[in-house]
Amino acid sequence: MKTDIILAGVGGQGILSIAATIGTAAVAKGLNIKQAEVHGMSQRGGDVQSHLRLSDKPIASDLIPQGQVDIIISVEPMEALRYVDMLKPDGWIVTNKATFNNISNYPEAEDIYNELKKYKNHIIIDANTIAKDLGSSRSANIVILGAAAKFIDMPYESFEEALMSIFARKGEDVVNANIKALHAGTEAAEKYIKG
Amino acid sequence: MQKILLLGDEALAQGALDAGLSGVYAYPGTPSTEITEYIQASKQAEEGGIHCDWSANEKTALESALGMSYAGKRALVCMKHVGLNVAADPFMNASIVGANGGLVIVSADDPSMHSSQNEQDSRVYGKFALIPTFEPSNQQECYDLVQYAFNFSEMFHTPVLLRMVTRLAHSRSGVECKSPKAQNLLNIPTNLKQFILLPAIAKKNYAGLLGKQNDFMSHGEKDGWNTLTLGKDRKLGIIASGIGYNYLMENYPDGCPYSILKISQYPLPVNMLTRLAAESVELLVIEDGYPFIEEQIKSIIPTPLIIRGRLDGTLPRMGELNPNIVAQGLGIKVPDFNIVPEVVKPRPPKLCDGCPHISSYNALNEALSDYVPGRVFADIGCYTLGALPPYNAINSCVDMGASITMAKGAFDAGIFPAVAIIGDSTFTHSGMTGLLDAILDKSAITVMILDNETTGMTGGQDSCAFGRIENICLGLGVEKEHIRVIIPLPKNHEENVKVIKEELEYKGVSVIVPRRECLQVIGKKHRRR
Ligand SMILES: Cc1ncc(C[n+]2csc(CCOP(=O)(O)OP(=O)(O)O)c2C)c(N)n1
Ligand code: SF4
Repeated sequence: MKTDIILAGVGGQGILSIAATIGTAAVAKGLNIKQAEVHGMSQRGGDVQSHLRLSDKPIASDLIPQGQVDIIISVEPMEALRYVDMLKPDGWIVTNKATFNNISNYPEAEDIYNELKKYKNHIIIDANTIAKDLGSSRSANIVILGAAAKFIDMPYESFEEALMSIFARKGEDVVNANIKALHAGTEAAEKYIKG
Repeated sequence: MQKILLLGDEALAQGALDAGLSGVYAYPGTPSTEITEYIQASKQAEEGGIHCDWSANEKTALESALGMSYAGKRALVCMKHVGLNVAADPFMNASIVGANGGLVIVSADDPSMHSSQNEQDSRVYGKFALIPTFEPSNQQECYDLVQYAFNFSEMFHTPVLLRMVTRLAHSRSGVECKSPKAQNLLNIPTNLKQFILLPAIAKKNYAGLLGKQNDFMSHGEKDGWNTLTLGKDRKLGIIASGIGYNYLMENYPDGCPYSILKISQYPLPVNMLTRLAAESVELLVIEDGYPFIEEQIKSIIPTPLIIRGRLDGTLPRMGELNPNIVAQGLGIKVPDFNIVPEVVKPRPPKLCDGCPHISSYNALNEALSDYVPGRVFADIGCYTLGALPPYNAINSCVDMGASITMAKGAFDAGIFPAVAIIGDSTFTHSGMTGLLDAILDKSAITVMILDNETTGMTGGQDSCAFGRIENICLGLGVEKEHIRVIIPLPKNHEENVKVIKEELEYKGVSVIVPRRECLQVIGKKHRRR
């Protein structure tokens, strides 16, 4: 088993929580993991990314080689496109539809969606709205994780268990909100694929 | 044993704790900050009474650690690469006095300058000071090597350098930990003159340090951090150091056919290098940073071997390595990849919405609108982002503290008004002495100390300046009437412009302190509650 993932977003959008959830799940399964994060300067509203590698064999590099990423998981649609050079030909792009517009030359949203749709395997869901409808707008990132979960070679329950252990400290309500967000993301992705 | 997921920085910190650490001394700086933060949050450190408060700067940090080493205890010093420039004086001289308790100095490099002014390679400093230098290649080695480094330091009575790089510092992986060792007991040096660098003693100490070089090297040949593996194909011999080794192995998932010398300990193992050279037709050096090994082996290896690496263009001369760059250097064909479409626009970092620095810059820009532009000397911190649109408010950012001193020099040359912009943490790091120069010289500069009551850029660490800026300025000799505290909020704009304009025209040193807490820190406190 080997899954190479790029997590993408804008500083402050919570991609490190997605990474922590997948990481916790992987460690519990006894998998090897390497996860390169971005700290420092770019966390101030700039583009951020994390390379997350899971494997049942030892992993050499902290960075994924170009063109070998299995899944791009992005909390922002333009940020998903920023890493398409890393994606392998049959890799998946799973991205939020909601844009985060904090630059003056941000492109038309439609142009971004059209570019995304050029890739064979893509899922675009509005995680912000889904999270808001669930009453927990801060868990849009976990909605996106839910949408991508099926493409990560681990049992679905392992993500639920990881969320439970990560958010246990914050109480049952927070745990439940996140598990609901995970499920909602998975459903939305299934719906998207069916068209 | 259960592995725990740790950043390279955290693995290093845990390794130091388990090695019987008594104190960490540090000034924040990406990518080294998380080492100290991990120790600050550690229960083990709290229970052991381990010192872990931030120092005012890297020089004070290193000197304090040297004092702890003098007392026989194990001390760790952490900084980013440019911090070692600030600490260069104690660093170079600590190598001559030596260590008593283990003294490990961590310098974290930032190849590709993700969050830095330059990409200097700390290994050069290790060689400059003639001290053993270590370069882990993965998170487990961070944990293990720091423990070896402490033992090595005590065995040879020498400070040692441990070089990190961003990719390892900020990458997480499973790490196996050992049971912790007890801290050293207080133990004053047997030779009470060892730490006195009077020429007569310094000469003796220096000769001693030179005499240890062979021992340093022979341990590097046999202790297992440098390893030579001869390959089936002798066409190429590869020398790979630190995380360069990972990028090499990534390209050979089923094993590398060539001979490999993996380097994690310096001085370079001359025997291993000579052996590799004798067994190879050509050499390739893969190292993240300067062509440090590549330059040295030219004088070590006697035969006219072809040596490839960053100097001959096989690998790029600057920037960090990655698996693809290394593949190209190895002549491995990399598959075609998608082109990033043009709709993707750069998203540079910027000041947070509502950041106090925004109001400070808006007021300064208006106050300066009647003068010819090009007179604002800034410094390093979040406020350096004032260089970008829409502010375009500053004209320099060089090294910590250089704002005040450059403004002074520019004034001396005839620029008036000249403005210095410096953050609170940067001010106590290295702004105070420059301010004293300006006061003694009566240089008419306007110094704005942007006090957001934290060290913002690196994630909101406590600032040594907290609550004492006015008193420091008064003590140094700034006149009371020319220390002006303002509140940088949009609603105070007119008032703040007026204050700045008044001080710009003053023909002496004036200090303006825009004071409002960093929003990220407010947010963090709020979440904790
Ligand atoms: C010698 C050196 N040490 C550390 C750093 C890393 N560094 C850059 S800015 C900064 C802190 C700035 O804090 P402050 O001056 O209070 O400004 P703020 O970011 O809070 O606006 C640090 C630690 C550096 N660039 N150079
Ligand atoms: S972290 Fe604080 S000081 Fe830095 S930009 Fe944000 S609000 Fe301003």
